[in-house]
Amino acid sequence: MKPFLKKGLILSSICFLLLYSLQSLCQYKDEAPKKNVLANQECLKCHGGHFYYYYNDWVEKDVRERMNPHFVIDSTKFYKSNHKTFACIDCHSYEYEDFPHSGSLRMEPIYSCLDCHGGDENSAEFNFEQIEENFINSIHSSKHGDNFTCWMCHDPHTYEISARTKESIIDVVEYSNNICLNCHNNIEEFQILTDSENPNILDAHDWLPNQSIHFRSVRCIECHTEINDSILVAHKILPKDQAVQNCVECHSTNSLLMASLYKFRRKENRNAAGFINAAILKEAYVIGANRNIYLNWASIAIFGFVILGICTHAILRIIKK
Amino acid sequence: MGVKIFLYPLSIRIWHWLNAVLCLLLIITGISMQYSNPEYPFMRFDLAVTLHNIFGITLTVSYVFFIIINITTNNIKFYKVQLKGFKNRLITQSKYYSVGIFKGQKTPFPISEKRKFNPLQKFSYILVMYVFFPLIFITGWALIFPETIIHDVFGISGIHLTDLLHVIIGFFVSVFMFVHIYFCTIGTSIGSNFKAMLNGWHE
Ligand code: HEC
Ligand code: HEC
Ligand code: HEC
Ligand code: HEC
Ligand code: HEC
Ligand code: HEC
Ligand code: HEC
Ligand code: HEM
Repeated sequence: MKPFLKKGLILSSICFLLLYSLQSLCQYKDEAPKKNVLANQECLKCHGGHFYYYYNDWVEKDVRERMNPHFVIDSTKFYKSNHKTFACIDCHSYEYEDFPHSGSLRMEPIYSCLDCHGGDENSAEFNFEQIEENFINSIHSSKHGDNFTCWMCHDPHTYEISARTKESIIDVVEYSNNICLNCHNNIEEFQILTDSENPNILDAHDWLPNQSIHFRSVRCIECHTEINDSILVAHKILPKDQAVQNCVECHSTNSLLMASLYKFRRKENRNAAGFINAAILKEAYVIGANRNIYLNWASIAIFGFVILGICTHAILRIIKK
Repeated sequence: MGVKIFLYPLSIRIWHWLNAVLCLLLIITGISMQYSNPEYPFMRFDLAVTLHNIFGITLTVSYVFFIIINITTNNIKFYKVQLKGFKNRLITQSKYYSVGIFKGQKTPFPISEKRKFNPLQKFSYILVMYVFFPLIFITGWALIFPETIIHDVFGISGIHLTDLLHVIIGFFVSVFMFVHIYFCTIGTSIGSNFKAMLNGWHE
């Protein structure tokens, strides 16, 4: 064999091996343990779709019935969620393996996030304790106490963190806002907590121009929470009269967006190409917050020259008259 | 100096002053948005946005008005350029403004009923009215309806590019305005051109 062929062969097999192991590593991280997937399959047989079958002992035949739509779990979303490695019965009672489920199971207590994540080293980066404190002081919690739980915003079967993982800010915003709109734009969910009607979100914000572009580019929590430096996503939702209404809080060089939505990214390319608050520029342009230093200087210089030129010309005209 | 020529019909005069006032207001509100600062609030941001939009829309309407006048009254003929030798005429006029004027020389292209503008005026008016204005209108209207803007242009926000273009042209128009007003003081007397734009008669 020619030496360069040999080298090529060795090199490409190394590459192949590297790629292969990398891929299997990724798979390991992405996939739930096999035994959990198999066990969950038992539940998803019924909870995975809008119809389910079971063998009815009384009439001695298979029956097909409608599943309560609120009890349907989207398995693709589940296996992308934070808790994708879980078995259903890690959170739910194992007694659910029996069907019909025992009537008393509906009273099973549910875990809170802090039951598992409180004081847990692996989730220290999220600072759950501070989040909980924030949440307890929020308007939701102070009006509805224990009835408002973390799960109401963090769907147990679909929630996946987004602010620190998603590439695109637009996607982060969309994901986050849908969490709020799930109640504030959906009276069925809203009235789980109250008999009053949910105020129309579009009407409540009719003072904001370009509403659709704002709701696409900023999260609800930008305006409705108090910024907290020790957590990435502020959780203290303030009463509505304390919400940000002053445009300049975002539309200025020290935009609050840099301390909230762009917090995670702002360390990257802070003032790239002379742009102030450059982290924003990839997907948005905020009047007043994004200024270009070079353009600023250039415009001042050009203007200076023009004024200077006009003045000299005028003076010469007066002298030579 | 004797002869008076009627150069500015009423419609042009109305258009022109409306245009001048709107441009001034647009520049003020525009700068106040671009340099908004909570510590030195020059003008409330939402007020600046609303006013800038209203003035911008009105300016577009007045621009359409300008185009219509130009076509229907034959004012457009003053904007037609004989390309041949235009460069030389521009140079001649520039020389006059930078040297000749101080030596008391006569203007090389005196105003007549056939020639309202000297070559430099013609050039700058065409540039502003037929290049800058359309561009600033297109970008401005796009920013009023930002959902029409391509979201992502090779990894840069489309709104960002649109806005940048809008702001840069706005800057050029502001520079034009200063130079323009200054050059209008060069006439029979300092105020005569302004008077002409008021009553139509050039001295
Ligand atoms: C044969 C179909 C079937 C299987 C298998 C099944 N379920 Fe259910 N499940 C239902 C139906 C129907 C309901 C609604 C009526 C009820 O509560 O019995 C339900 C209700 C539930 C509820 C909601 C109870 C409430 O009232 O809030 C939970 C939680 C639940 N199932 C969990 C599970 C888990 C976990 C598994 C797997 C270990 C599982 N189920 C397997 C059919 C099934
Ligand atoms: C991380 C913990 C967790 C896991 C894993 C989990 N659940 Fe749940 N599930 C919950 C909690 C908490 C609730 C109650 C939510 C509420 O009341 O807002 C719930 C509620 C439900 C309900 C009632 C419908 C509802 O939304 O109230 C069903 C049905 C259900 N789960 C089925 C399943 C199935 C099937 C699986 C496995 C594919 C599963 N769950 C995995 C935590 C979990
Ligand atoms: C039954 C225990 C339990 C409960 C209840 C629970 N978690 Fe978890 N959570 C875990 C475990 C264990 C992991 C690590 C899973 C893994 O690495 O596969 C985890 C992972 C996470 C992650 C990190 C995901 C990642 O990709 O790094 C987040 C965020 C999270 N949970 C949020 C929550 C929130 C919010 C709640 C309440 C709404 C909650 N958890 C409730 C046990 C729990
Ligand atoms: C009113 C709705 C709401 C409630 C209630 C809520 N959260 Fe959140 N939470 C959000 C939103 C919105 C996000 C942003 C989603 C994202 O980008 O990951 C978030 C993000 C998070 C994150 C990820 C932050 C990060 O650093 O990436 C954690 C962890 C979290 N919440 C925990 C909790 C806990 C614990 C509770 C209850 C004490 C709770 N949340 C209650 C809306 C809520
Ligand atoms: C630009 C800042 C801003 C954004 C973004 C924003 N809000 Fe608001 N919101 C406000 C202000 C300010 C008020 C108070 C308005 C008033 O007092 O008239 C308000 C009012 C509200 C109210 C109370 C309405 C009422 O009449 O009781 C709700 C609910 C609400 N917002 C939810 C949301 C949701 C959900 C989102 C995200 C889709 C969101 N907001 C995005 C600033 C904002
Ligand atoms: C589970 C449903 C639910 C979710 C999810 C939810 N909210 Fe609410 N929210 C409510 C209810 C119910 C009220 C009315 C409270 C009351 O007046 O009783 C409310 C009230 C509010 C108010 C008005 C407070 C006031 O002063 O009247 C604001 C602002 C608000 N929510 C913002 C948000 C934001 C931002 C999010 C997302 C991070 C969110 N909500 C998610 C149910 C929800
Ligand atoms: C929470 C922060 C925030 C607040 C508060 C806010 N804005 Fe904005 N605004 C943005 C962002 C971010 C964009 C950029 C949208 C994009 O480029 O996708 C934007 C875009 C705009 C645009 C469209 C820009 C364009 O180029 O067409 C206008 C107009 C605007 N804002 C006006 C206002 C006014 C007026 C107010 C106050 C009533 C206000 N904004 C309050 C964040 C904010
Ligand atoms: C940016 C805003 C402005 C634009 C785009 C503009 C444009 C023009 C144009 C195109 C003409 C020629 C009109 C014609 O006869 O067809 C003109 C003439 C004139 N403008 Fe303006 N103008 C502006 C602002 C101003 C201002 C603020 C003043 C004074 C305060 C002014 C004073 C005059 C005068 C005196 C004339 C007549 C002299 C001449 O024809 O050069 N203009 N302007």
